[in-house]
Amino acid sequence: MAEIVIKNVAKRFGAFTALHSVDLTIADQEFMVLLGASGCGKTTLLRIIAGLETPSQGEVWIGGRRVDHLPPRERGIAMVFQNYAVFPHLTVFENIAFGLRMAKLPQAEVERRVKRTAELMHIEQLLKRYSGELSGGQRQRVAVARALAMEPDVILMDEPLSNLDALLRLEMRAELKGVLAESKTTTIYVTHDQVEAMSLADRISVMNGGYIVQADRPTEVYRNPAARFVGSFIGNPPMNFLPAQAQGAGRWQVAGLDFDGPAAGAAEFAIRPEDLHPAEAGLRAEVRVVEPLGPHVLVTAQVAGQPFRAVLESDHQISPGEILTLAPIPDRIRWFDPETQKAIA
Amino acid sequence: MPRALPYLLLLPASLFLLVFFFYPFGLVVVESLTRGGEWTTENFTRMTAHWKFSQAFWNTVWLAAIVVPVQLIMALTMASVVQKLKTGRSGLLYIFAIPLGISDLAAGLIWLAIFEQSGFLNSILHGLGVIDRPQLFLGYQSLWVIFLAVCLAEIWRATAIMMVIIVAGMGLIPKEYNEAAEVFGASRWQRFTKVTLPLLRPSLQTALILRILMAFEVFAVVVALGGTTLPVLMGETFQWQFQLQDRGIAAAYAMVILGLSVAFSLVVLRLLHVPKGARI
Ligand SMILES: Nc1ncnc2c1ncn2[C@@H]1O[C@H](COP(=O)(O)OP(=O)(O)O)[C@@H](O)[C@H]1O
Ligand SMILES: [Mg+2]
Repeated sequence: MAEIVIKNVAKRFGAFTALHSVDLTIADQEFMVLLGASGCGKTTLLRIIAGLETPSQGEVWIGGRRVDHLPPRERGIAMVFQNYAVFPHLTVFENIAFGLRMAKLPQAEVERRVKRTAELMHIEQLLKRYSGELSGGQRQRVAVARALAMEPDVILMDEPLSNLDALLRLEMRAELKGVLAESKTTTIYVTHDQVEAMSLADRISVMNGGYIVQADRPTEVYRNPAARFVGSFIGNPPMNFLPAQAQGAGRWQVAGLDFDGPAAGAAEFAIRPEDLHPAEAGLRAEVRVVEPLGPHVLVTAQVAGQPFRAVLESDHQISPGEILTLAPIPDRIRWFDPETQKAIA
Repeated sequence: MPRALPYLLLLPASLFLLVFFFYPFGLVVVESLTRGGEWTTENFTRMTAHWKFSQAFWNTVWLAAIVVPVQLIMALTMASVVQKLKTGRSGLLYIFAIPLGISDLAAGLIWLAIFEQSGFLNSILHGLGVIDRPQLFLGYQSLWVIFLAVCLAEIWRATAIMMVIIVAGMGLIPKEYNEAAEVFGASRWQRFTKVTLPLLRPSLQTALILRILMAFEVFAVVVALGGTTLPVLMGETFQWQFQLQDRGIAAAYAMVILGLSVAFSLVVLRLLHVPKGARI
């Protein structure tokens, strides 16, 4: 049982605040992905959980135990580093065995665990090699095997796939998902790649500028962004935003079209590019660029002078300069408060 | 011509080395193996038969055996501390490096000023009332004091060179390795012995070989502190060459120093060998 609770954790480097008061609970055996652009504080948060960095304030609890004053080795964690950190002076076997030897496990148990995890990661034929004789993908496997061999309550991974080429990344992603689901550990996985996040996560914590903006299931994060940032960061292409004028009584005018919206206040209209379809009545879009993507076509247009993108069925024949009328799917329309940038329910 | 160009550029330096190093080196080898124009091992037999040889040999070896390990431990400790500093690192390195700028003779003289009959040590001990009149520390009756003084002077003089090499080597080790070891349960000491030291092997090789070569050539410090009371190999070479005017035996001494240097360098290379593929 290793529930992780992060309470009011902040981290300041001198005058610079890398993390602002983060609160997050990760359930036992959950696969939590920390997703955000480079520099938003993902690594810092992970290192605080690992104990490699001391928080400026707040508490970290793992499995019901407060750990923020404990060294990493007393936290029941294992970690996969971004650059793997496979020890160059040890063979693959000794790398995987490193933590087990530190824990003074009997030799037979060390051998059993190394053998099992090496088989799991398909590196049993590499056990005698040094890391200098391995490819990037193989080193990655060693790093994961070394973490799994500890049979830890918690595995922390910092962009473990970011140094692999695209094809290998896809393969490893699927493999990691299977292996980690089986290992029954709580996993925190850092990435800046939203596709990776979507495909792996039970829940995603979207981070921005040292804050956790939203922590929810992938479909929720995608369908119901809690903040404008989430909509603009997740999705490829991301959400479209258009200004809206209040007409009173929950009616809003967007680019000359009327919609039902929030009861009062100010609001911004948002719609995902794939939630649009050509129709008799709709938003008037002036097509600028047309990019065929196989099954779909990505149209970059202008609506009311704002850039606006739509992903349409590829059987529509569209050319630049054309005027399209694009109808949003009504229950996919989202509204954001331009003041707070938060979603309006 | 571009393929020959690098070799052409290296030619002057190579020629210089050949003419001014290997040629005289060859001459010394020949000198040690000839006497009156005849090939012979007489120089070596006469050298080893002399009563001072075994003293000089063992003094040199013992000095190296004590000074080098002490320096290695001190340099590693100091480098680890320097490595952890956030500010003032380079300032401290400069301070540690000051003895490097002093010649070995000057270093010997500085320590002589401490140990001699009218030196600092006597003044301090007298001032504290420990002794009632100045003592002769460096007399021929107390060889071990001279030996100790030479050790101190050598440690003071040449620890910094090892430390500088080790600090540079530690800087080359990515800190992720240390963090990985920490996460996987290694204590501070285990991280040092299981990660830092093995990854430091190339730098340790350089530092140790450099220092061992210097240790076998110890001379000026010994002369300054003990004259000829404490014979060492290099001092005997000097004696035979210039005082006793026997170039053959001086050359034989030089060959002994060379032999020791080569042998111990090979041992160091062997012990600290890093297998292919196991480098950072
Ligand atoms: N040791 C440090 N000293 C000063 N600033 C740091 C340090 N570590 C990280 N930062 C800063 O904190 C911010 C967050 O860093 P990081 O957590 O590594 O981001 P991410 O992993 O999301 O790319 C960055 O702006 C980075 O420059
Ligand atoms: Mg990072």
